[in-house]
Amino acid sequence: MKGIIIKSIAVIVSLLLLSDMAAQQIAKSTYGDVLLKNATVHTVTNGVMQNTDVLISDGMIANVGKGLTSSSATVVDCSDHHIYPGFIDGGTTLGMSEVSAVSLTNDFNEIGDIIPQMQALTAVNPNAVAIPVTRVNGVTNVIVNPTGGIFPGTSSLINLVGYTPAQMDAGFKAVAMNFPSAAKRGRWDRRSEEDIKKAQEKVTKQIDEFWDKLTVYHKIDSASAKKSNAKMTYQPEMEAMLPVYRGEIPLMINVNKDKDIEAAIAWVEKMKIKAILTGVSEGYRVADKIAASGLPVITGPVQAIPGRSEERYDVAYANAGVMSKAGVKVALRTNDTENVRNLPFHAGFAAAYGMGVDEALKAITINPAEMFGVADQYGSIEKGKMANLFVSTGDPFEMKTRIVHLFIKGWKVPIESRHTLLYNEFLERSPGLEEK
Amino acid sequence: MIKNITLSFLLLCSFQMLKAQVETGDILIKNGTVITITDGVLEDTDVLIRDGKISKIGKDLASGNAKTIDAAGQYVMPGIIDAHSHIALDVVNEATDPNTSDVFVGDAIDPFDVAIYRALAGGVTTSHAMHGSANAVGGQCETIKHRWGVSNPDDMKMDGAPRTIKFALGENPMRVHGEGNRIVPRTRMGVEQIFRQGFAKAQDYQAEWKAYKANPAGALEPPKYDLKMETMSDILNGDIIIHCHSYRADEILMLVDVLDDFGVKKICFQHVNEGFKVAPELAAYGAGASVFADWWAYKFEVYYSTAYNATILTRNGVVTSINSDSGELIRHLFHEAAKTQRYGDLTDNEALKLITLNPAIQLGIQDRVGSIEVGKEGDIAIFDKHPLSVYAIPQMTIVDGVVRFDIKNDNDDVRIDINPEEKISSFIDHHAETEADRCMQDVYEYFADQKQD
Repeated sequence: MKGIIIKSIAVIVSLLLLSDMAAQQIAKSTYGDVLLKNATVHTVTNGVMQNTDVLISDGMIANVGKGLTSSSATVVDCSDHHIYPGFIDGGTTLGMSEVSAVSLTNDFNEIGDIIPQMQALTAVNPNAVAIPVTRVNGVTNVIVNPTGGIFPGTSSLINLVGYTPAQMDAGFKAVAMNFPSAAKRGRWDRRSEEDIKKAQEKVTKQIDEFWDKLTVYHKIDSASAKKSNAKMTYQPEMEAMLPVYRGEIPLMINVNKDKDIEAAIAWVEKMKIKAILTGVSEGYRVADKIAASGLPVITGPVQAIPGRSEERYDVAYANAGVMSKAGVKVALRTNDTENVRNLPFHAGFAAAYGMGVDEALKAITINPAEMFGVADQYGSIEKGKMANLFVSTGDPFEMKTRIVHLFIKGWKVPIESRHTLLYNEFLERSPGLEEK
Repeated sequence: MIKNITLSFLLLCSFQMLKAQVETGDILIKNGTVITITDGVLEDTDVLIRDGKISKIGKDLASGNAKTIDAAGQYVMPGIIDAHSHIALDVVNEATDPNTSDVFVGDAIDPFDVAIYRALAGGVTTSHAMHGSANAVGGQCETIKHRWGVSNPDDMKMDGAPRTIKFALGENPMRVHGEGNRIVPRTRMGVEQIFRQGFAKAQDYQAEWKAYKANPAGALEPPKYDLKMETMSDILNGDIIIHCHSYRADEILMLVDVLDDFGVKKICFQHVNEGFKVAPELAAYGAGASVFADWWAYKFEVYYSTAYNATILTRNGVVTSINSDSGELIRHLFHEAAKTQRYGDLTDNEALKLITLNPAIQLGIQDRVGSIEVGKEGDIAIFDKHPLSVYAIPQMTIVDGVVRFDIKNDNDDVRIDINPEEKISSFIDHHAETEADRCMQDVYEYFADQKQD
């Protein structure tokens, strides 16, 4: 009897400890079939469907329609709620830096000007504290970018769930490039116009020389591919760049100043490669030229100050809308690490300042999915796509709206992060003020 | 003699010219949804501003000779107040000593900073132009009104606003002085001693002057006048509000203890990312908290943060505001305040208080601004949608009854001064700028220059 009591106490104590532990860490994601009933479904590609069900099975959207049933699925009532496809951020360093001021936690900027072989995916820490903080706002996918230099490495599209980079990999890669810039690097940049021009010319020369070598490398590689015993010397930067040269993967060209954007467009046309323009802060100045080039654009952050002191205060807010109206395919990015969670608010600002809600929604869902060649899996609520979606109480661009359920690759991810855990612990601190 | 009189007269005239001549106006804002902050939301209501002050709030008010603005379908709220910014300043940090209480940000006001206009375009009418956080005891700050268009720096100042001073804890003073200059403070222990030493010396200083004044004849000469000691003394006397850059809970408690020991009550913690951990202590001491809506993880001392900070502090009874510390964020503080409804459950009025009445309380100007009440100054922001909506766009911003921003009359180039040496306008790629809090403005540039040399 005594033994049973002691055992019971032990069980209770361990349960209490467990519940305490649970308050310290984020709960596990769960996997299984789920039927979301009676929601307003914002499909993005097929309009808005009222009182509609979404069936998630085997990690995929198995069906979208009215009156769906399933014998295996857990049913979640979503009356008065909305379903959106997971948001995609077109450019971040999420997971590549834990604390930006602590340099040894920064893994996005390797030494070297031409190092396309550096893999952003390698440096993504699946356990970065900022990842759960980001996804609870409905952001399910991000591009992770290496930075600095001319060709700083290879970017990847990742899912914000998983314990290994391989689990997170969403199957798209692109080589990153910083186009030679005539921009000042900040208010403290005291270089003269001539010095900036010289620096730009030097970088341009470096690129030209690299591209000449790449052309030769491509020719030798193509020729040697026909002879099975031929072997190239180890040149990782050439090896990483070949798929770009051959148009197999795009180059993501970071470029912001108006004249630089024009130069980048001309360069892409000359090189006959696949490309996506990123940054594009002054796209509004050359929107028609970008549209004519047919190049897609990933722009942002939307909440930014003008690059020129004489510009209107709202040019960065309006930029995405101006380009979109001119016929450019636009995606958005935060270009952030720990506050990628603000992506829906950047989209809200773009919507308010001329882009409109529908286009802004596309700019963080189907548009980036199409640019990355993964629209068969991501970017909309459609049968057969990956179950990357969330359920909200309303318009997810509005701050007041709550995200109540989140699914990434079919995993039901808890709406928890360090921020929510600290809230739960400290809203009513215990002990409070009394010293006991 | 006549010469002297003429000279005095001329001097008097020039002083008169230098003295701030604040322009005020008469405006009737008709039929708006008036968010008063202190008296609820009033539908279809007029607000009349006379001589720069709110003179009437009600229905069908007569305009008299006041300019009339139709605000039907729009939202009329008090001008937004930012309790922490560095706009309109030539310089931010006098990073040469751990205690620079003898310098004044008010001596470095730049009325031509285009950031003022951009802030107005975000509905912000008042900001707290602060010294940076390089020193444990920084310089004295200036509460300014966004009177964009004036050219006299003194005309930017909010005449009669209480004096404030910047304090700073943690990494910034430790890095600048300990790591950079190899002097105390290199640790949070050292930071504490800068304050204790400053206040203890000021007590001695006060005692010396008190003794001298009680018996001037008994002393050979008066005590030496020391501006730093004067300032520290004024803090001890309760004449200056401390605004302290801080992040970690332990260092926040440290300063509370120091202030308690010296009987200093007027304190508002700035940034205070870990304020949520010691919210009961802050509330008990009567300390204010001015926080970011969601900035975190950019340095180690903000790694253990939560965007629910403002909500936790508010619910624990701390007078809380949301600030910008940034020429970008200051343009959408209404949006930052709305984040407390995603990260927490503040009501509309509680959320808007964070950027109006509460920062006014923290700056000691709550009797003059921060709500729409008769007798308060005519500082108003008008929005097309509810200001807590992501789709809200500021339409008009009024300071002292003068329209300083009007979206319908928003020119392409609003600069007041243009650099004649600039052949073409230069584009600054802000993405390329090193991420850092503006509090350290001038310090990074200083280090960057050193590296280049």
